[in-house]
Amino acid sequence: MSVPQLLVHEHEDNVGVVVVEGLKADTEMTCVVTADNSSFSLTVRDDVPIGHKVALKEIQAGDTAIKYGEDIGRFIADVARGEHVHVHNLKTKRW
Amino acid sequence: MSSTYSDLTFKGYRRDNGRVGVRNHVVILPVDDISNAACEAVANNIKGTMALPHAYGRLQFGADLDLHFRTMIGTGSNPNVAAVVVIGIEPGWTKKIVDGIAETGKPVAGFSIEQNGDLATIAAASRKAKEFVHYATELQREDCSVSELWISTKCGESDTTTGLGSCPTVGNMYDKLLPEGIYGCFGETSEITGAEHICKQRAATPEVGERWYRMWQAYQTEVIEAHKDSDLSESQPTKGNIEGGLTTIEEKALGNLEKIGRTSRYIDILEPAEAPRSGRGLYFMDSSSAAAECVTLMAAGGYVVHTFPTGQGNVIGNPIVPVIKITANPRTVRTMGEHVDVDVSGILRREMTIDDAGDALIDNIIRTANGRSTAAEALGHREFVMTKLYRSA
Repeated sequence: MSVPQLLVHEHEDNVGVVVVEGLKADTEMTCVVTADNSSFSLTVRDDVPIGHKVALKEIQAGDTAIKYGEDIGRFIADVARGEHVHVHNLKTKRW
Repeated sequence: MSSTYSDLTFKGYRRDNGRVGVRNHVVILPVDDISNAACEAVANNIKGTMALPHAYGRLQFGADLDLHFRTMIGTGSNPNVAAVVVIGIEPGWTKKIVDGIAETGKPVAGFSIEQNGDLATIAAASRKAKEFVHYATELQREDCSVSELWISTKCGESDTTTGLGSCPTVGNMYDKLLPEGIYGCFGETSEITGAEHICKQRAATPEVGERWYRMWQAYQTEVIEAHKDSDLSESQPTKGNIEGGLTTIEEKALGNLEKIGRTSRYIDILEPAEAPRSGRGLYFMDSSSAAAECVTLMAAGGYVVHTFPTGQGNVIGNPIVPVIKITANPRTVRTMGEHVDVDVSGILRREMTIDDAGDALIDNIIRTANGRSTAAEALGHREFVMTKLYRSA
């Protein structure tokens, strides 16, 4: 398998993690789900730094972000599939 | 594979109380902030000793004072410490700490400054410290089973790669070595927020899980809710976490909890700096998520090796316990590789499995226990940071 650009913990997750440096918008990424090493392709829409997240689906404001198969917070903006997900569009439900 | 791990041995220092250390420090321990100068002077006079200056020890009371004594006595009692000189401003609290450390059977002596002054105290304490250095340097390492290791963990400057790589590496190590009889410890009470439902389920019994949950809930009420003025973004997660791609405390907590692996269960809950009393196994210590505070508390609890996953590159060390840094972030390996002991970035490239990474960490733990300096030791990181619960009187 070629070296993946995006890793996803679980199949039910709606975000994945960029694991390479210098990823540019419009790159067709090789994505791997670590739970079972299955892979898929996704085109990233933004330049996204290593470690930052990308939406795997079309997302509406108010939706719950799922990672590790668990709730990691609430989206506060609509996010298109392939867009950068971070503090500008995702907030904690705690504190 | 289990026999592979049970056959592992290392050369350690067997202490009079039966515990095994992996380092052989002679420590000059100040009871209080105003005794730091005398301790540092003794450490300067006598080569092979180390002062542990800190900011506290005056006018504390109640649970905060108990924690101060527990941290001081626990630090001196740690098996990585061969002998201790204790210096305080007055003899009462000094003696209390000396007596606590003496229960281990190791050499310990106390000196107090009032009615002597710094100079006479430094002279007398330096003579005793020199005796202790001669004693410690004649001790020999001997063969010990891996089961005699006490290994703690806490991650720092986490990012999304810690949850993918370095934290599961530590978890894999625990899944392999806890069945061999080691003592383990994780903590970071605030940083389980978002994964508390999972952590509660990872207790060995429902009763322990309930006690854990009450402890976690009390922290939410008494600390976070009582003092917060925002959603804590930039504090927890930190600015560094956010730079590394972590967005929320829930996401950070789920990655953090990867450190206890797939099968390991905690058998009891420890107060900060408390030593385990329920036998071999994994413990949760109610502790700060700030790296230096947390590692200092776990060292005072008696742990002798610390495993520290990092994403963005926390550079922390500890004066008495070797802190092994593990990272899966290739940028951190590239830009600050001198801080990294175990590079598991191959996990992100799918060149290395979590099982391979756990074995690489176990190999590094054994070499470190044998005496190999960690990156933090070689770079002089000796962060000794006491936890304080509230304002002094």
